[in-house]
Amino acid sequence: MNALAPVEKKSIRFRARSFVAFALVAKVPLDEWLDELDCWIANSPGFFSGRPVVLDLNLLDPAQADIAGIVAELAKRSIRVYAIEAAGIESLPSELPPLLAGAKSTTIEEQQAIERPREPPVPDTLIIDAAIRSGQSVFHPNGDVVVLGSVGSGSEIIAGGSIHVYGALRGRAFAGAAGNGAARIFCKRNEAELLAVDGWYRTAEDMDPSSRGRAVQAFLEDGVIRVLALN
Amino acid sequence: MGKVVVVTSGKGGVGKTTSTAALGSALAQAGKRVALVDFDVGLRNLDLVMGAERRVVFDLVNVIQGMAKLSQALIRDKRLPNLYLLPASQTRDKDALTEDGVSRVIGALKEKFDYVFCDSPAGIERGAQLAMRFADDAVVVTNPEVSSVRDSDRIIGLLDARTLKAEHGERVNKHVLVTRFDPARAARGEMLSIDDVLEILSTPLLGIVPESQGVLRASNLGSPVTISEPSNPAARAYSEAARRLEGEDLPVALPVDRRGLFDRLLGRRAA
Repeated sequence: MNALAPVEKKSIRFRARSFVAFALVAKVPLDEWLDELDCWIANSPGFFSGRPVVLDLNLLDPAQADIAGIVAELAKRSIRVYAIEAAGIESLPSELPPLLAGAKSTTIEEQQAIERPREPPVPDTLIIDAAIRSGQSVFHPNGDVVVLGSVGSGSEIIAGGSIHVYGALRGRAFAGAAGNGAARIFCKRNEAELLAVDGWYRTAEDMDPSSRGRAVQAFLEDGVIRVLALN
Repeated sequence: MGKVVVVTSGKGGVGKTTSTAALGSALAQAGKRVALVDFDVGLRNLDLVMGAERRVVFDLVNVIQGMAKLSQALIRDKRLPNLYLLPASQTRDKDALTEDGVSRVIGALKEKFDYVFCDSPAGIERGAQLAMRFADDAVVVTNPEVSSVRDSDRIIGLLDARTLKAEHGERVNKHVLVTRFDPARAARGEMLSIDDVLEILSTPLLGIVPESQGVLRASNLGSPVTISEPSNPAARAYSEAARRLEGEDLPVALPVDRRGLFDRLLGRRAA
């Protein structure tokens, strides 16, 4: 039997990302340039270690440049070349680093910004059809939470965005938990133990008694949680 | 196949064991084959309430560990021939219960009985979770006061998450049984009203059992109130709740304050 095992179809994710690399610009005469480089390395040892380096050959005459020689010289100085940028060259032998096109120069402001590029979270809404029972915790860091039932005493909702409760809210609600001061809390009946927006909170004891048992919204105003009736 | 009913509450002392005994014997009185299983390993009470404490030889843990056969451990009630009790062990703790073992025992009981009542221990830990694990129906016993209602809410959350039915995308039929309801105190606003309780728990009502000295008397006698004092209002409430558990559509009447009415007729004030 020569049957092939069924190929499991999996989609491959391709993601476009941008990285920051140092462009090392080679100059003629090459010997002087390498001497300069040695000087620099002597003054700042370890500067190139582990850093992505792109070799920029745009200032050299591509026809005459001994690219493999330059890469070898740099390798002697523990500089690994990730890619080569050169305007006049169409292709490079496979033993050399690949050609790079379309690079842009950039300035680096903060070291951390390079290591962890912050992708903005994709906001989405979590809709809960049932009641939230005592002891249950709903954590939804990116977006709003909508609850169609009641939120029981001793339960909590933590949302990156706003919180909407179409029943009685008897538990604790934390809106804008990821640092969103514009988030709000809405509920059909306010019996909440605690209402919080962006870390600012108000406990049941600090709430105006007139807001209890009513449809209310809570929002942040000058660092103070305001609880106002909706009608 | 019989129905597995867990009697649970979260909070202790609200009447789980009393309700297990009363509902179970009411169904047995109606001719059903009923087994009562005490899951409160280490703090067994159901044998006392059923008046069988002097006949306990083997228990649930013995059966789970294979030291005794199920038929050896089941105690037949002296008053009702189709009512059986599987007592808990008093000398072990809840870690002696295993999910596999409980599954086997419940499976075997379902074959033989119409109803298998699991009397849950208080709390939300292992013992309580194993008692509810294989349930088809749940009776959530609640007193009309805030701490009991909040604990019941928590238990309902667990019933919707940790039972075998819930994990298979099905639902445990949940019922609220309000016990120790005092009409006079409720009228004065000293207790939560039934409406408040049901609004918070948003779960159908199985019955309202009024506070009654008869229930306490029955427990001390070792005889469920539905057997010892069938005309007692609490016994009637339990019998009606048992019929609702059977699927009968019976309206729930709010208990009235008879003593209060009597006192008012005589021009006296209730203390």
